[in-house]
Amino acid sequence: MENTEQPRSISGSMQSPRSPPSSQPYLSVSVSDPVKLGNGVQSYISYRVITKTNFPEYQGPEKIVIRRYSDFVWLRDRLSEKYKGIFIPPLPEKSAVEKFRFSAEFIEMRRAALDIFVNRIALHPELQQSEDLRTFLQADEETMERFRFQETGIFMKKPADLMQMFRDVQSKVSDAVLGKEKPVEETTPEYEKLKHYVFELENHLSEAQKHAYRLVKRHRELGQSLLDFGKAVKLLGACEGEPTGKAFSDLGTKSELLSIKLQKEAQQVLMNFEEPLKDYVRYVQSIKATIAERGTAFKQHCELAETTKLKEINLDKLMLTRSDKVGEAEIEYREIKAESEEATRRFERIVKRMNEEIVRFQEQKTEEMGVAFHQFAKGQARLANGIADAWRALLPKLEASSSV
Amino acid sequence: MGYENDDSEQAHNDELPEEMETVVLDEPSTATISEALSSDSPSRVMSSRIPNSFNSFLQTPSSAEAVFRSFDGDHSHDGELNGHNSSGETSTSSALSTTEYLRISVSDPQKEQDFANSLVPGGNTYYTYLVTTRTNIPQFGGFEFSVRRRFREFVTLSDRLLEAYRGFFVPVRPDKSMVEGQVMQKQGFLEQRRVELEKYLSRLAAHPLIKRSDELRLFLQVEWKFPLVQTRDVASRMFDGAVKLPQQLFRETAGALDPKEASQPARVGSDLLRIFKELRQSVANAWGKKPAVVEEDEEFLDKKKKVLYLEQQLSNVSVQAESLVKAQQDMGETMGELGMAFVKLTNLETKEATYEFQIARAADMKYVATAAVKASRLYRELNGQTIKYLAKLHEYLELMLAINNAFLDRSNALLTLQTLLSELSSLSSRIEKLEAASLKVFGGDRSKIRKIEELKGAITVTEGAKDCAFKEYEQIKENNKSELERLDKEKHNDFLGMLKGLIVNQVLFSSLAVTCFMNF
Repeated sequence: MENTEQPRSISGSMQSPRSPPSSQPYLSVSVSDPVKLGNGVQSYISYRVITKTNFPEYQGPEKIVIRRYSDFVWLRDRLSEKYKGIFIPPLPEKSAVEKFRFSAEFIEMRRAALDIFVNRIALHPELQQSEDLRTFLQADEETMERFRFQETGIFMKKPADLMQMFRDVQSKVSDAVLGKEKPVEETTPEYEKLKHYVFELENHLSEAQKHAYRLVKRHRELGQSLLDFGKAVKLLGACEGEPTGKAFSDLGTKSELLSIKLQKEAQQVLMNFEEPLKDYVRYVQSIKATIAERGTAFKQHCELAETTKLKEINLDKLMLTRSDKVGEAEIEYREIKAESEEATRRFERIVKRMNEEIVRFQEQKTEEMGVAFHQFAKGQARLANGIADAWRALLPKLEASSSV
Repeated sequence: MGYENDDSEQAHNDELPEEMETVVLDEPSTATISEALSSDSPSRVMSSRIPNSFNSFLQTPSSAEAVFRSFDGDHSHDGELNGHNSSGETSTSSALSTTEYLRISVSDPQKEQDFANSLVPGGNTYYTYLVTTRTNIPQFGGFEFSVRRRFREFVTLSDRLLEAYRGFFVPVRPDKSMVEGQVMQKQGFLEQRRVELEKYLSRLAAHPLIKRSDELRLFLQVEWKFPLVQTRDVASRMFDGAVKLPQQLFRETAGALDPKEASQPARVGSDLLRIFKELRQSVANAWGKKPAVVEEDEEFLDKKKKVLYLEQQLSNVSVQAESLVKAQQDMGETMGELGMAFVKLTNLETKEATYEFQIARAADMKYVATAAVKASRLYRELNGQTIKYLAKLHEYLELMLAINNAFLDRSNALLTLQTLLSELSSLSSRIEKLEAASLKVFGGDRSKIRKIEELKGAITVTEGAKDCAFKEYEQIKENNKSELERLDKEKHNDFLGMLKGLIVNQVLFSSLAVTCFMNF
């Protein structure tokens, strides 16, 4: 549970999670073994999810289940609803492009991201206690499917939610009637600063991520042209006498070798630099969602407080005139007051969570991005070094030839 | 040995955290550029061969551009030539103690008007270029001189050289493009043409025989207009030797002709002229069909095949090299864009830092940003240099055109010879027939006898032409042979030089890239 360092699973070779000493409470999960199931349009990828834990609420020390992408989505949605204020770890995107959906690279990237997703939840002090998480990690496949289908449509919304939506409309109408047009928003300077920071961060990070992705492509293109160049040079060498012929042929061979290095590095940059950046972007988007939630909660809190005040004034008026509507009004007032207090509590809980989350997030991100940057720089240095060595090796023979 | 930043970088190396792989750091040799060039292998021969200008670079701070330029200092002899290497210097490794030079530059395009030949009032406009020559070759009788030439005159020069130097690899001149007045004024076109003309003259100056030619000398030196000769039909090109024949017959002058004469068509007696005209016609007819030339020289055929293959491969390598350069360019660009994105991120984190973590992250981001931007610049330099070395490939591709022309000269000369031989045999058989027929008439048939005399005259002329054609063919074969030998030798040096340049370039670039990303 104290693992703050979350290693990125680079390959699917990590079949099952580590088992730390059993004295400490732990919950660790692995997502592996992507398998294509179903036919044609309805085909999808399923993953093996292995849980190892000593939490008492769980059914046992180890459990294996099969899950698909929409199950992960279900989990994320349930957590977003129940744990407002917490930055729910981001999910990898649904890919729209059909032919890309089953490419080996895409599947691996998705698997790695899903693995990180679940583990982040498992490591979060509040989220790890979630019942939905337990369902996700333990329920058999039919049960899971049932849960998943329940999550759609307005019909499944709880009665309290419907009432709230109704009241929202009501208050909007009364606002309009009463001529209240002022926007209901939190405007403390720190919160403003935070919001601005988050929005700017998303912009810049997206841009950086886009370039990082392009850089991966460039590595691959460079690798390909080195390969083609090497082949062409070898052919040229074949028609030249010694020693030029040999020199060309050596050059060609080296080119081909370097092409392989570049392809490898492309893969590294993708998995260890571009993907972490993308993850960072998704996280920031998750924060934006939380900011929106906070805004909604704030609005509700303000409006209910307004309404409560109005009801109170109304009640006092009725009590003065000794109207027989007092009883009714009093009940209404108490109800509204309770709701208002609930809304305020909800809002304050979000604020508290958010503050904690931000610190947690910053810490985690600094570390993760630090690792990603280190790896990137190291990878580039290693690549450049390999290139330098490869070319340098050609020089002694070349020198010898030209003195002939 | 090393450069200014060396100390601080060493200190940085020590600070790296334990868990980082020291794959790069294990070899202290990569930390300094001096050792970047020399490998760890025992053969230190190479470092002593590094040109002096490069060694001096090692003392200066490692700015990417300074690095590449100082290395390059050994290759570009004359800035005026825009880094072009064919300055006419003898560039073999066995350097002569006295180098003769012939450096030509083309500059200053200017508009001029031609009133004499124009139909339009106000005259045709055309552009002239200033051709400046610097040389110590004695024939020129001067060290520095200039003339103004228009494109038409370059064409004339090219045609003259092709006629005079059949069988040699005469450099091919820039194309005439069918551009009208408007387009010609565009800056880009003039500049492009200027560059091409300069390259063309430089290549001429680099050819061991052509640089001493009268044609070139006249072109470079003499002020009067290089006269435009009516484009002689292709067949008449082949009769250069034969054209000299009548003059030799009538005047018996051998040796160099008066320069003015070199530029005028020869004058011959009308009979001979007629005979020549007929001969030309039959050769032209022979050329019109597919030449049934049977080249029997095995060695030559083998060389020809090799040259053809070389051309294909050069072309192929050139295409791949271009896409390689593009890929490198794209890489550099994207690296730069990535760097800039990170700079923006860094600024954001530093400006809006409310937590300590942000400052740490900003520092990391700044590092990536700086490294990426530096690497991007390196890529640009790398490409600039790569393109220069690859220019050699293009030179050779252009040379292929000249070689093809030289081979064509040879097959045409052979065809001419064979045509003349068959002319001779047909003339002989006609004479035989006439003689046989005239014997049947007592006292001879006067018209037939006259005809026989005429034919015998034609045979004499044709024999003379055949002898010339034979000499010409043999000469061209010799020229082909010596040029092929020259090609082999120069190719050997040129290609090795090109390879070395390319490779050293890459080594330099990668070593610098390592230091870019290293000190994290």
